[in-house]
Amino acid sequence: MALDLRLKKINKVYKEGDLVSGVVVVESKGDLQHQGIVLTMEGAVTLQLSAKSVGLFEAFYNSLKPIQLVNYTLEIAKPGRLPSGKTEIPFEIPLKPKGNKTLYETYHGVFVNIQYTLKVDMKRSLLNKDLQKQCEFIVEYKNQEDKPKLKPVNFTITPETLTNVKEKQNVPKFRVRGKLETSTLCITTPLKGELMVDSCESQIKSIEIQLVRVETCGCAEGYAKDATEIQNIQIADGDVCRGIAIPIHMVFPRLFTCPTLSTNNFKVEFEINIVMVFHDDHLVTENFPIKLTRF
Amino acid sequence: MATYEWTPRKRDYLLEARKENLPLEEATSHPLKTISVVEVKSTEKRGTPMKGAGASKAVKTELLDPLSSALEGSDPLSMFAAEVQTQTASKTRSSSLKQTKTGNPSDDLDETFEPWNAKKASILTKYSTSEKLSITTSFLSASDKERVVIKAVTATTVTDKVRNRLEQLDDFEEGSVQEMLNLSQQDYVNRIDELNQALVSAWDNDQRVKALKIAIQCSKLLADTSVIQFYPSKFVLITDILDTFGRLVYDRLKEKAMYYPPGSGVPVKLPDNFTPDQVPESAKETCRNWFYKIASIRELIPRFYVETAILKCYSYLNQGEYTDALKRLMAMIKGIGDPLVAIYARCYLSRVGMLIAPTISDHLMPCFDDFLVSYAQIQGDYVQNVLAMQKLEMPKYLTLFSPALDWLLQCIANRSSEQTLMDVLQKFKKHCKSALLLNSIISAFKPEYIAVRAVEFTEMIRESEDTGFPKHLLHRTLGLCLVMTSPPEEQKLTVLNEVWKAVMKLKNPADYIGSAEIWIEYVVINFKKREVNTILADIIKHMTPDRAFEDYYPQLQSVVAKVVTHIQDFSELFALTKFLPFIDMFQKEAVKVDICKTIMEAFAKHQSEPTNDPVIINALTFICKTMHDSVNALTLADEKKMVSHLISNFVLKISFGKDFEQQLSFYVEARSAFTNLDLVLIQLVQNVNNLAIETRRVVNGNHSRKTGNFVRACAAYCFITIPSLQSNMAQLHLYLLSGQVALLNQCYSQADSCLKAAISLIPDVPKNLYLDGKTRSSEPFLVEFIYNFLSTLLAVPDNPDSGVLYLLRGLLNILQNYTWEQSTDTKVQIYTRVLALLSATSQEVYLYHVDKVDANDAMYGSDPKFLSEVNAICSTLLEEILNHLKTLATPETFKRQSFLALELFNTLICHGDMSQQQSFTLATNLWNLAQKHGQNDTKQMVRCYDLVKRKAEATADKALGDLVKRLPLDSRA
Repeated sequence: MALDLRLKKINKVYKEGDLVSGVVVVESKGDLQHQGIVLTMEGAVTLQLSAKSVGLFEAFYNSLKPIQLVNYTLEIAKPGRLPSGKTEIPFEIPLKPKGNKTLYETYHGVFVNIQYTLKVDMKRSLLNKDLQKQCEFIVEYKNQEDKPKLKPVNFTITPETLTNVKEKQNVPKFRVRGKLETSTLCITTPLKGELMVDSCESQIKSIEIQLVRVETCGCAEGYAKDATEIQNIQIADGDVCRGIAIPIHMVFPRLFTCPTLSTNNFKVEFEINIVMVFHDDHLVTENFPIKLTRF
Repeated sequence: MATYEWTPRKRDYLLEARKENLPLEEATSHPLKTISVVEVKSTEKRGTPMKGAGASKAVKTELLDPLSSALEGSDPLSMFAAEVQTQTASKTRSSSLKQTKTGNPSDDLDETFEPWNAKKASILTKYSTSEKLSITTSFLSASDKERVVIKAVTATTVTDKVRNRLEQLDDFEEGSVQEMLNLSQQDYVNRIDELNQALVSAWDNDQRVKALKIAIQCSKLLADTSVIQFYPSKFVLITDILDTFGRLVYDRLKEKAMYYPPGSGVPVKLPDNFTPDQVPESAKETCRNWFYKIASIRELIPRFYVETAILKCYSYLNQGEYTDALKRLMAMIKGIGDPLVAIYARCYLSRVGMLIAPTISDHLMPCFDDFLVSYAQIQGDYVQNVLAMQKLEMPKYLTLFSPALDWLLQCIANRSSEQTLMDVLQKFKKHCKSALLLNSIISAFKPEYIAVRAVEFTEMIRESEDTGFPKHLLHRTLGLCLVMTSPPEEQKLTVLNEVWKAVMKLKNPADYIGSAEIWIEYVVINFKKREVNTILADIIKHMTPDRAFEDYYPQLQSVVAKVVTHIQDFSELFALTKFLPFIDMFQKEAVKVDICKTIMEAFAKHQSEPTNDPVIINALTFICKTMHDSVNALTLADEKKMVSHLISNFVLKISFGKDFEQQLSFYVEARSAFTNLDLVLIQLVQNVNNLAIETRRVVNGNHSRKTGNFVRACAAYCFITIPSLQSNMAQLHLYLLSGQVALLNQCYSQADSCLKAAISLIPDVPKNLYLDGKTRSSEPFLVEFIYNFLSTLLAVPDNPDSGVLYLLRGLLNILQNYTWEQSTDTKVQIYTRVLALLSATSQEVYLYHVDKVDANDAMYGSDPKFLSEVNAICSTLLEEILNHLKTLATPETFKRQSFLALELFNTLICHGDMSQQQSFTLATNLWNLAQKHGQNDTKQMVRCYDLVKRKAEATADKALGDLVKRLPLDSRA
């Protein structure tokens, strides 16, 4: 006896106004008695405070209320019997926000989560366990006003440009130039750019591009802002050739990134760090905020 | 049965021959000519155009070669081969990527393009190490288990146990990364192989993530240059795994990508050359997932290798994706700091690029440029540190680059114009004049392009930086090119001077011979003997000190082989004063014999005209003698045969034309030189016999005193030579042949001795012969020989000093006492033939004669005394035969009895006089005996009966007619 939920769209990506369609599949070896099958569509932003910024106690108890974006329930089968074998019950639900809410894009973060799910429940008599099946679907913006503008970022990193170093004499002399093609970019195109080590006194061990999310949650005491790493991509390994342009190329991971988002209650922003690791494991970092858009 | 007399029938051979002549008929076509289809044009048959067309069609199909029409398409053998190939390809999934996709991509490759598979083996053997290696992975099961077991034993407290269990769970889920140290090279190879299998089995068990992890860990190993001299081999091993991975992913996606063709509900597999819009969305999604997953690999090198490995999958997504992807990956390599790792990454990229899209070459030149830019790094601190740490010298380190660089340049050179070479050279001159690079350039581009600029190249070689890559290797590579294509005429000498100046200065004999071995071919092809001689002299000079030649026999052998393949005129070859001294350098017996063989093979191949050049004869006799002397009791039969053939060939090619005496004296010398080889001696005897016949032909059979003496000398030569042969059968045949030749030359006593010798040799013939690896009874061969011998005897006149037919009597005596094989009737069969011979002997005029030799018919003139002698022998033989027939009267031997009786019957009908009552009775008795026990072959009896009947009708012989009436035929009743 199995309950399954299958969406018609293989990539499970929907936009506002789309029909989320699919089938509920029930398989059983004999006749199946049930008290009704109910389908629920839910979408919510869950926020969590980080222990670091507000303290462990608050983080645990003061968790913010989730913000519901969508919530539909419909009964797709009245209490009764299903014949033995495979039964497919088709369904269609329009994707519409609840009230005056907006449908944010799906995003899986650490302190902010935006998630949409379809849930099917089969209620059964007291003696039998209820059956449930859940399935996530992904929401993307239909359109967005912010279009990416080409904003090239040129940068030069030398020991002098570093801000948070106390003993500058410990830092080897180096000069790294480079550019990012743009700082506002579409989430589906990779981050591109290049970087050139003009000179470096010490041997380089590695150069990495770090993608960082900055999540801000507002709460009663103010707000909490936390930066955490999403992914780290190495672009140079070993003591690279001086004066050669090393490409910067990074694909944004799905689910873990979304268009830069700023609301009253929370914010999701992204940053890029260029990290140079020297042979003695010392590292220097340069930070670039970026803006992601859907289109 | 009473005793019978044998009465031979009188025969007039001329009359019989005339009667048997068939009427002549003119032949209009050659029966063996190939069949050509003649189409019947329908216009000729205007009345029935339809029928005409049909007829012409029929004619066509009828005349098709039945053999080729039976096999449609390709022949079954190649079909089998193809089948096997596809089967193995599908079975051994872990084997290389190339097997599965034979065919189309090769269309875009030069025919000289050396595929990666060919390179692999040589890389694996060349780059090996005795250092200890280490491997970092989590998927090698054996040691994991060991570790767990040990821990389980030591775990004592409860907390330990719990922790252990948790760790084991971790092991199970994640696979904990660990390093294996102290692996020998073989161990390392085995481990990598294990990883390969682990990958395939993980894939087969639907553990795709694990498979990906294995692929990533493998490619991580390529970032490790700790045992640097093993790196190229490691690259080969690991990229094999990556290829496997790439193919698994590609195949899996293809399997998923069943699509519905428009207007049909049945899913169809993607065709081989599908377009992205045929691929269903689900497969595309899976494919995208793979690329997303790989794009998030943290480290640069694994990300590069794994993406490159599944590059082919881009064909599911976008049509023109390859070009972009290749360019992007090319740029990505710039981030790899270690120059060796980087060049191998480029090599892998170009390799995969070549495989999936041979036409795209945009990424290759930039690759090369990047290499040039990064070449400076080799002098940098990092590389120097590594080398110092691993105690590796610069030249050795540079050779590690060559497989990858060779491959890269080969890809660039593939289907390229001369302009590409110019570009590459330009860059070479501008950026780094490294000998390493120059070497790869020379070996990669088409020899034609190189040859045109030969002088330029020699200059470049001279000027190139000697950063450790040995220049003699460069000369060697250039030599290989120029051997394939000669440079323009005006450059030839300059090139040689330039190169040889450098080669001569090489002190190390290994380096020297390595270059000289190649360049000798260039010299032999392009120059005259003076230059060749100089070079040979130089090689001798270099190789003689400290007996250096002893270590370089293979190279020296190849020098000789190259000289003899290109100098096809042997008089020119031996006119080289340094050639024989060169041969003298081969002092090891086995090698020397090999060299002799090489030379003689070349002689057999190239010398088409007979020669009498004393220089050639002397030199080759010496060489053949060397080969001959190498043969001993332990030599294999095949080896012996080969040497014999080569020497025989030499003997055959020597001809003094009309100077027969000198020819004979050459054969005398040859005999004394090659006494041990049967085949050669046989050849010599044949040649001498040939010589005698040749002499006879010159004088038209009328020997003068001088020629007479000469042919007797020839006969004597044969008579003396034959006994030294080991094989009795060969001796017999040669005796007979020599006897025949002697008789033809009217050397009666010589002929007599030969034939006598043959007869007296018969008892020594062994019972079994060893032929073609099988032991066989000698009897059939002997019988054949005796039949041949008997027919010769008819033409041999009796020696007046001996009795009548003394040779035949001698033969009969020997046969009488010869121990024949049990349960065969050979002796009686021979006797039957002898009866036929004797009948022929008693004719007035014999059937054939030797030209200018009187046979017994002229000598005795049918003297009654002679005839009665003959008859006496006949009677004895007949009695013998009949007695033998009587002994066969047991049920097991009825068949033989019947056969023999019929045989005798036939002989009797043919040669006997039927008008004699006795013969008549004998014939009827034999006939009855033949079918007495019903063991006879009825069909044969019928044929026999018909023959007699026809003969009776044709000759109107009354006796025969009567006989027909008296022959009852069982089956005809």
